[in-house]
Parts: sequence; structure tokens; C-alpha cells
Amino acid sequence: MFTLDSKIPEGNLADKWKNHKANLKLVAPHNKRKLEILVVGTGLAGSSAAASLAELGYNVKVFTYHDSPRRAHSIAAQGGINAAKNYRNDGDSVERLFYDTIKGGDFRAREANVYRLAEVSVNIIDQCVAQGVPFAREYGGLLATRSFGGTQVMRTFYARGQTGQQLLLGAYSALSRQVGAGTAKLFPRTELLDIVVIDGVCKGIVVRNLVTGKIESHFGHAVLLCTGGYGNVYYLSTNAKNSNCTAIWRAHKRGAFFGNPCFVQVHPTCIPQTGDYQSKLTLMSESLRNDGRVWVPKQKGDKRPPNQIPEEERDYYLERRYPAFGNLVPRDVASRNAKYVCDEGRGVGETGQAVYLDFSDAIRRLGRDVIEQRYGNLFEMYEKITNENPYEVPMRIYPAVHYTMGGLWVDYNLMTTIPGLYALGEANFSDHGANRLGASALMQGLADGYFIIPYTIGDYLARVDFSKKGNTDHPAFKDAEKSATDRLRKLLDIKGKKTVDELHRQAGKILWDYCGITRNATDLKEALEKYRNIREEFWHQVNVPGTGEELNQSLEKANRVSDFLELGELMILDALHRNESCGCHLREEYMTEDGEAIRNDDEYCYVAAWEYKKDGTWDLHKEYLVFENVKLTQRSYK
Amino acid sequence: MATISVTLKVWRQKSRNDSGRFETYFAKDINTEMSFLEMLDVVNENLIREGKEPIAFEHDCREGICGSCGLYVNGRAHGPLKGTTICQVHMRSFKDGETIYVEPWRAKAFPIIKDLIVDRSAFDRIIQAGGFISVDTGSAVEANSIPIPKAIADLAFEAATCIGCGACVAACKNASAMLFVSAKVTHLALLPQGQAERYRRVIKMVEQMDAEGFGNCSNTGACEAECPKSISLTNIARLNREYLAARLVPRQYDN
Repeated sequence: MFTLDSKIPEGNLADKWKNHKANLKLVAPHNKRKLEILVVGTGLAGSSAAASLAELGYNVKVFTYHDSPRRAHSIAAQGGINAAKNYRNDGDSVERLFYDTIKGGDFRAREANVYRLAEVSVNIIDQCVAQGVPFAREYGGLLATRSFGGTQVMRTFYARGQTGQQLLLGAYSALSRQVGAGTAKLFPRTELLDIVVIDGVCKGIVVRNLVTGKIESHFGHAVLLCTGGYGNVYYLSTNAKNSNCTAIWRAHKRGAFFGNPCFVQVHPTCIPQTGDYQSKLTLMSESLRNDGRVWVPKQKGDKRPPNQIPEEERDYYLERRYPAFGNLVPRDVASRNAKYVCDEGRGVGETGQAVYLDFSDAIRRLGRDVIEQRYGNLFEMYEKITNENPYEVPMRIYPAVHYTMGGLWVDYNLMTTIPGLYALGEANFSDHGANRLGASALMQGLADGYFIIPYTIGDYLARVDFSKKGNTDHPAFKDAEKSATDRLRKLLDIKGKKTVDELHRQAGKILWDYCGITRNATDLKEALEKYRNIREEFWHQVNVPGTGEELNQSLEKANRVSDFLELGELMILDALHRNESCGCHLREEYMTEDGEAIRNDDEYCYVAAWEYKKDGTWDLHKEYLVFENVKLTQRSYK
Repeated sequence: MATISVTLKVWRQKSRNDSGRFETYFAKDINTEMSFLEMLDVVNENLIREGKEPIAFEHDCREGICGSCGLYVNGRAHGPLKGTTICQVHMRSFKDGETIYVEPWRAKAFPIIKDLIVDRSAFDRIIQAGGFISVDTGSAVEANSIPIPKAIADLAFEAATCIGCGACVAACKNASAMLFVSAKVTHLALLPQGQAERYRRVIKMVEQMDAEGFGNCSNTGACEAECPKSISLTNIARLNREYLAARLVPRQYDN
């Protein structure tokens, strides 16, 4: 039986990373040139990793299905990036950021990983500023910060409501510099279809050129999957339309364990759905909760317009229930409370599936100009979508699937259970436990890419045989190419009666209804059955027009959805097996009377790492989490 | 909820070397709360059900930031709304019974790949030529050791909000990329971190821009008018100044 080795270094928490770096093997510059690294995905994690590794002298190939690396969905992150700089003198420190993140994740993340993340957070800001990332500044010319959910300090750096865009453009410029210098080679409009494993070691990938349809292999001494999360398994999410799980799922089927698949973050502040045609949901940054107050009417079914509901008839339920953190409780808490009040019939708007986020107090207190400075582009975006002016009427918001804490299981070096295969950023499961705090995704993506992988990968590559130039002659490459081609052919040949989107929407709704903000065993069992039926239907009824030898967006979509339909089943199984509530995973059987999560640390204080078996079932492996530095408590934001 | 019906004339072109043509489609009972791209989704779903090939168009985030989408709608880049990408235009901006023309970006430097999808990799190559600050990972100084006046930082930020969609090129009668290039040059030239490569950068980027086959700027201002992020024309003035300065002081960039 395989035993999971997280490779967490010995020693005091604060010394682990330092000691580890000192002990890692190095590759000399003249040997780095002989080593090929394949980076898949060009978001914050992928671009920063590719740029940093190319700077070091490795041969880097970078793959993205977009036309340009700059389109990756990191670009859409709005609110900010955390760093323990303590510029505010408000009591912040690496320890505090570490603790907030561990607690925010409801004690289901590794201490050592999270501490390292907090440690390198300060270097990220330095690096980004040096690249020219135009962070918000105070009049004195120094960097501005703001507060975010789940914390009581102001450690979030930002560039208006476009922080992800500015950070990604920074990493993209660093990558572009390497492409221009010829140290990194870029493959745009190229999608990963499989990874190639030879004698248990990852040796390359199979990709499809999305313009010509040509399927080809690339050899790599190491492969980095930086392909983001899988929120689109729900069909409706805040993810970009093309975001998908194919890379990590195909890796999973080749032997990479999948960690905590059911840990999905539902973001509390999104623009509510308006109809069945809806193609995606739009996030409104969490930073809005700094100044916006969340409320619903006290009365059920109160249909009066918001400005006609007097103050005493409003329920500012987050402030009422969580006086210490108020509107800035973590995302999981805010989301489930929104669901509770809507389930009680106190939701607002046409569908009753929304709550108000009201800025009138803040505008009175600070003036419209200040609010515009802080959130101008977000207000504009809201108005464009809803045709309502949030300076005058409160925003209507509702929770939506946003981020997946689950992902490929990785050890402390970010290596998956397949040697040579790494997962970075949202694609891995590592740092956020059962709930991610706001402004921590950007931090993790860049930490992994800029400051962790450049160290840890050398330790692996120093041990591989790079005397001979790698190639794709091994039959394993041909086999993988063939199985990828066959799968596409099969999809094209079904010629059924339903479109990919239709089936995806149905499957997504099952997950949202049964494996969304709250879950219970009865529902999950029912969902499993329904979900498998949809998958069955997909493989008999889907209609994919066109051919495989051309640009074919329907085929791309069908291929991705076929993987979602397998992943969704594992998510349900994972949610069903975890008989506790923690963070985002709220099992109705395990909650207090007022709806707070009850963890079961005796039995479930572990990472669930699922191993795929050839017959389409899974084995569960447990990585028990050891807490030596923090005390496990019930999270309280009251 | 209001609904409208519109007639679409959509540019269809199988591949780069095929000749294209307009095809007519009817979008009936479209909810006005739908986005323009969601309307195209509906049209595509119907085409697939009829056994036809859906319209290929590029899109991703659908919240106006990734820069993937770019359609010429009724003769305007990104359609009828100022400062708005086509993915953020909703059907309430159109009238019942209206005929809507949908075309790809048209520019020599942006060859058509299929239907409404064009190849914008020329933009990437311009950035690769010099649109960066050369700072290897790990060699950065402490962030607050470089104070930047707020006004300067804000100006740099404004320029940096360009999403690289190519609307400026599509809107320009000369298919010039000056707004795109000037936004990046401005962003980096304003910041103290960008000074070391200031002149070298502008020369390299302009050289690449010319090599890609973009046209020249004749100060018409169509780019600014159609830019979904309202990038200012003053950036082009700054680009010209930077370029001139770089040419006048060769020793400073020739390194």
C-alpha cells in the first residue's frame, strides 16, 4: 500500500523552510541548460514559475489554451493580495498571517505549508513592485493597504479593483522577457490532453493545437500543472468560461492523487442569476464588504423597495450575529448565512435569491468621491450588468461558486504523487484547508511560482539523468496520443440530440443543489445516482459538430465537460465520506443549532487524498494533519 | 421581463485562406437581460441542434477584463457602449427588430483564424521585444524603498489597465497599434523602476510594432473613443515624446 509522504521538514515551524532550502540539492548552471521543463497554464502560478525557471537557465516550454498568456483567469481577481509587511503597524506579522490562514481554513491545512506561504508573502510584494505593478499608494508615495475578510489587520495590497490583472501583467511581462530572450518557448492555443508516465515517472505531455487540431507530444524532465481550479464543474461559477479540470483530471487518472475534492469556496458577493440562459456569474470583490453593509428585511416576503424599508425593519444579520468581524466574516460564513436568510423567505429581488449590500452609510460617512476612489470600477461593472446604480440603490448579491481549495495532492515540494509532476496555484490542494481567505489566492499562486518551485524543483532535477537529450520516441507517448485521439473521435461520433452546454448545465445544477453551500448524506446519495445518469446520457446523447482537424470550440468544450462529469462524482463521494463540517463543507447533520460548523478532529483531521483505480473507483488515502503550533478550536468570529 | 427579436448578419470564414461571407441568423425572443455573448450562445445552441456549425468567437472571463472577446458590432469595436467590452453589453442596448452586423477585427496584423476569431499574437511579440522591466525573481529591493507619488502611480495604473483586446487597432482606419504600445510605454516610463530601460524599451517596442505590419497613427482618436478601458490618447503623445527622446540620446539606450 502506498503511503503518503508530505516531506515536511523537521525542526521548528519558523525554521523549516530555511533549513529545507539549505538542504535541497542544486543543479549547476551548465546542467540547467540540458533540462527541459514543461509549464502548463499561464496564470499567476504558471507565468511566475515559467519566468523564474527560465531566468535560472532551464529550458522552459509554456503551454496555454488562450491566444495569449495574459488572458488566464488570474486576470479577473479583483480585491487584493495579502502580505505580512506590517506597514500599518497594526500588529501584523508572519505568525499572524499564518494563524489567520490556518484558522480561516478551519484547521484542515498543513502548518508548514501555510507558514512558508506567510513567510514568502513579503517577498512577493517586493518582486511585483520591482516589475512595475502599480499598486495603490498613499500621498506620501508608500504602498496602501486595506482589510479583508477573516482578519483584523490591514494587510491587503491592491490595485483598485484590478489587482489580479496588474499582478498577472507583471508575471506576463517577466515571462515575455524570457520568451523574447529565447529561454522560454511559448505554445499558445495549445491544450493539454494527457500526461505521459514512464516507469512511474512523468516524462512529458500530449497536447492539441487548437487551431489545426494536430495532436503532438512534448518531452519534459519535469512537468508543472498550473491550470487553475475546477469551479466550472458547477457550470455556473465566477470562473472564466474556458477554465476546466482536464489537465489535473487526466493527471489524476494517470496516478496523481486528488486532495479534498469537495472543498469548494462559494463566494458570498456575486451578482445574482437572472435566467436559465445565464452563462456565468460575476463576482463583486470581497473588498466591498469593508464599506458595504449586508442586510435583508426582518419581515418575510417584504417586497418594498429597499429605500422604503425603515432602518428598524432591516436585519443586518452579519453584524448582528458576528459583532467582532461584522460584515468581514470569512467567505464560507457569509455565504451560508446568505443562504439561511433566503431559505427563510427573507431574500430580496425578483427571485428572492439575493441579499442587499448597501453603501449608503459609507457614502454618508466618507462621501461619494472616496467610495468611487475605492470601488469605482466595481460599481461601474455592477451597473453595466444590472442596469442599477449602486451609489443610489443597494447592490443585490448572492453566493456563487468561486474557488476550489481541493486539487491535486502535493507534498511540501509541490510534487504530486507522480515523480516529476508538480501542481502549483489553485491546481493543487495545499494551503487553504477547507476555506480560503480573501486575497490569499494571488498570494499562493505567486508564492508557488516565484519563490517555492525554483528551489524545490532543483532537488528533483539534480537526481534525474540528463546526459541524453530527451525525446518522445517511447511507446508511452504514442499510447497517450492514441488514447487522447480516440476520446475526441468518440465524442465526435456520438451525434446525439443534446448540446454540451445543455448537459453541463444539468450536471452542474445537481452539484449545486446537493453538493453546494450545505450538504447532507441523504441528498448526496441521491445526487450520486443522478449524476452518474447524466454522465451516461452525455456519452450517448451529446452532439459535437465539426471535425477534430480544425478549430472546433464545441469539441474543446465536450472534451472538458467529459472530465468534469467524472470529477463531479468524486466530489460527491468526498463530501459524503467526510462526516463532519469544516470550513466550506457544511454537512447539515454536523452543525450547531445556529448553523455553525461542528468539526470532528478525532476522526477527520486529515487530507483526503483519492487514488484513481482502473475500474473507475477510488481508494482513499489519509494524510493526517499534525498541529504542533496552533490549538484546534472551534472557529469563532463572534 | 422584456424580450426582443433581432436579425444577425454574421461574418463566417472557415479558415485564414478561405473567403468569408455574411450569413443571416434570427435570434427570437431574446431576454433583454442577456449579454450579447449569451445571445450568441443561444444562437449557437440552435445551430448545433439544427446540425450546423456554431459561430466561432473568442471569449473567456465575460467580465470585461481578460481581453479575449472582440467583435465588431454594427461597425463599432465592442458594440454600441462607450468604455465597455462586448461581453458586458446587454441586449437591452438593442431594439426589437434590429439588424445587427457582427464582424471580426479587421487588420493586416490580425489575420483571421476562423469566423470571428483573429490572431493577435503580434501584441505578445511587441511586449516580448521590450514591454517589461528586467528584474529577475529574487533581486527586488524592499517595496517601500521606492516611494512613488500617488499622482504618478495613478497615471501609470490608468495606462496599465489596457486589456490587450485589439479594439484600438480594429477601430483605427490605419490599423495602428499606437494606443496599445503607448499604454505600456507610459505605464513603465512613468515609474522609477522603469527608468533604466526607458529608452531602449520604446525603441524596441516601436520597431516590433512596425515589423508586425501595423499602420501609422494619424491622430484621429478612434482608438480612444472605442477603447473599452478608455485608455487616453495622451499616451500616444507621450509615446512620441519618449521615442523622440530615445532617438536623440542614443548613448542612453544603446546598451
